[in-house]
Amino acid sequence: MDFFQLLSDIEKVDPEVYERFDARRRVFKHFGTMGKKLTAAAMPGLVSGLFSKAYGQTTTLPADVVNVLNLALSLEYLEFYFYDTALNRPTYGLPTSASLFTTTPAAATSERQGIVLIRNDEEGHIKTLRAALGPAAIPEPARAVFDYSGGKGGFKGPFADVFTSSATFYRVAQSFVDTGVRAYKGGAPVLFNNKDLLEAALNIHSVEARHSSHLRTLRRGKAAGVDGPPAAQATVGSLNTAPKSWISGTDNGGASPTTSVSTTPIYGAGAPATDYPAENNIAQAGRTITTDSGINDAAASEAFDEPLDAATVKTIARNFVAASSTLFT
Amino acid sequence: MSQQPPSALNSDHTTTPLPTHSIQRRNFLRYSGAGLALTGLLLTGCDDDDESSNNSAFVDVGSGDLGVLNYAYALEQLEYAFYSQVQGGAYYKGLAPTSAEKQILDDLLVHEKAHVDLFRNALGSNAIKDLEPDFSTINFDDRAIVLGTAKTFEDTGVAAYNGAARYLETPTYLPLAGKIVSVEARHAALIRDIITFNAFVAADVVDLYTPLTGGAIGAGAGSGLEKSMRPALVVNAVNQYLKEGSKLNVSKFV
Repeated sequence: MDFFQLLSDIEKVDPEVYERFDARRRVFKHFGTMGKKLTAAAMPGLVSGLFSKAYGQTTTLPADVVNVLNLALSLEYLEFYFYDTALNRPTYGLPTSASLFTTTPAAATSERQGIVLIRNDEEGHIKTLRAALGPAAIPEPARAVFDYSGGKGGFKGPFADVFTSSATFYRVAQSFVDTGVRAYKGGAPVLFNNKDLLEAALNIHSVEARHSSHLRTLRRGKAAGVDGPPAAQATVGSLNTAPKSWISGTDNGGASPTTSVSTTPIYGAGAPATDYPAENNIAQAGRTITTDSGINDAAASEAFDEPLDAATVKTIARNFVAASSTLFT
Repeated sequence: MSQQPPSALNSDHTTTPLPTHSIQRRNFLRYSGAGLALTGLLLTGCDDDDESSNNSAFVDVGSGDLGVLNYAYALEQLEYAFYSQVQGGAYYKGLAPTSAEKQILDDLLVHEKAHVDLFRNALGSNAIKDLEPDFSTINFDDRAIVLGTAKTFEDTGVAAYNGAARYLETPTYLPLAGKIVSVEARHAALIRDIITFNAFVAADVVDLYTPLTGGAIGAGAGSGLEKSMRPALVVNAVNQYLKEGSKLNVSKFV
């Protein structure tokens, strides 16, 4: 069996054959030395195993990988419908409040345009995750499944003015995105053996962190009475209004710690807390950051985001879907 | 925080400076008690062929888990050195004490210091040497240049972490990389928003998604994914900011 001739022949009909093997490149690396030890009889079995992995992986994702990707997909639906509804309020029978997004400055630098960008990214993430999951993807939920008031259906929760009050809108937006960043971070290790999926998930994760930064900038600016870019903001001494686009300590419980649906768990520890510490964690990889770097607790916690486990993420997200839905169960 | 003097990259870093990476590798067993429990990593270190890493013009980050950690360590060193030097420039010095930009630049400096220190401590005797930056092309007095360069470093850092995770050989350090990369992404987005509002995501760093008007969810073009970069591309972008002898060689990642 001439293995390399075989690859060359496949390449003529499938130019991407080498890329399909990308995640298993190390196998190829060792082929040279292995060949000497392999009998000719062993080769066909080895090669067929290699090919079934390269071409069959979309139908054979392990259950834990499917679970991680479907939780991610569920969170993307939650976010996508949230921004899309806010951007298209008349279509969904909601009052069009001019104060939800400022309209100045106009065009590309408007507050609204930033939300359009985020909405579009989320839709792209849905597309990407569906493609990765194939037939294992959860069915597309209806918009009405989500209750952005935090009321588990009926739109009577503590954030009932989410689509008419700018302050509430950004509280909820920040809560979703900060949950999402922690959820991706918690799920990524499950994807470790599939390098392409891992990289795609990381490429979503960092975009979510960019969103978080932007939304936190906006929310804190507004709390300090300033719209627009952070350069216009002045530090005002309070953690809740200072221009912190990163998470400092446990974020004072987040954007709405005292409502009946509290944002505190978004910044708290997951389960187990040793693997999913709270955001105010200052110990990393066995080191104490404050001691090593001579910096304070706030800075040490800001420098590292923390992952969150799937069960805690689901508990947080379930407040925003109808109780009858199977999402986040 | 303990303020760093300008260009303080080497000021407080090493208690036992090691001359070259290749020598560190040969001697690493002697230092194996240092830092983290690196038992898994030591084996990776043993596999490395260091015969070709004696090229004094380049710092070879190696391969596998140690390679990824050293690669990240190198990029963090560069970022920390940059923000240290920013503090000495006229732009920073002219910022009002209560201004948002001053607080942001102060935060960025301490965050990067935390990253640098952690990698150095975690790597112990397997760490590459302290790199010497070359920022001679950067005018630290000029706001647009400082912010523009910060943007480059932060965006490149995010793309580098995302593009290097596949070279980890054990899952041990993936969570740590994940904890750092999202903070770098927060930095990048904020710097970009300062330069141009709403540039927190844009086509140079994200494969932007365009919905299909009136179409189904997901029927549009693009993916919404960060544009991760392989180490060779990253090094092409950052080696210009490193002196001869500190430029990075990442050729062992396969």
